[in-house]
Amino acid sequence: MIKEKYYISDFCSIRDKKVFKNGEQLYIDSESDSLKDFGKGIYQYLELKYPKFHKMDELCKLGFLASEVLLRDSDKLDQDTALVLSNRSSSLDTDRKHQVSIQDREDFYPSPAVFVYTLPNIIMGEISIKNKMKSENAFFVTESFDADLMSKYSKILMDTGKATNVICGWVDLDNDKYDVFLAFLSKKGRIELTKEELNNLYNQ
Amino acid sequence: MAELREELKEKLIEQLSLEDVEIGEIGDDDPLFGDGLGLDSIDALELIVLLEKDYGIKLKDPKEGKAIFESIGVMADYIAKHRTK
Repeated sequence: MIKEKYYISDFCSIRDKKVFKNGEQLYIDSESDSLKDFGKGIYQYLELKYPKFHKMDELCKLGFLASEVLLRDSDKLDQDTALVLSNRSSSLDTDRKHQVSIQDREDFYPSPAVFVYTLPNIIMGEISIKNKMKSENAFFVTESFDADLMSKYSKILMDTGKATNVICGWVDLDNDKYDVFLAFLSKKGRIELTKEELNNLYNQ
Repeated sequence: MAELREELKEKLIEQLSLEDVEIGEIGDDDPLFGDGLGLDSIDALELIVLLEKDYGIKLKDPKEGKAIFESIGVMADYIAKHRTK
């Protein structure tokens, strides 16, 4: 049986106040003091008009913005593009905010708008809503970016016809420390999908 | 009452993260849901919390919110009649 080859068509990262796509720097912000302002700067740079963005927690904003960068000027996305994401800190950043709002019995006002983001897989929900995707998705919590897991899981989805393409990657946030990497996997591209290549691109 | 309406508009923008909306853009009679400000079900829950936290009004049935949150004007009238703080 001949195994189908898959490729990394596009990749992007958001790190250290910079946004990269396919290895090229797209955006830098050395002035903003907060992650919220940094995210808003990227939102404006991308000329997005999507009010729901402002309601997202910071983890979702990072994943959402990375997906917008990845899919910008691209027509590769279709209804069967799966999402396979991962991170180390789950939704801990927002979990803490929710905890603060419920720890005082005399001042017990949990916010529904905060509570809905106390799961990391909501990132995939936000990306799916924006792009009208109703595809397979999975979110893994691992100690570090696991290129082997990401590439194997994505290949299985495409091999079994569950997905035509896959957006995979890492969207991590904890206490304003963030690290985001997304890759678009498909049957066309320049870089063959292997765990080594995926790991190299993540570490660029 | 006009003061309460303005206060509510400010609270709505801040607590519901309506960053692209200015106070002057919200009319007293504009619908808050649907074609108006486009608020969603999570926003409705957030407004129920706001009523209790800021005005001491606890809704017995969340479905009551549908009528109360029709517009800023309706909301202000309800708060003025029922507030305990």
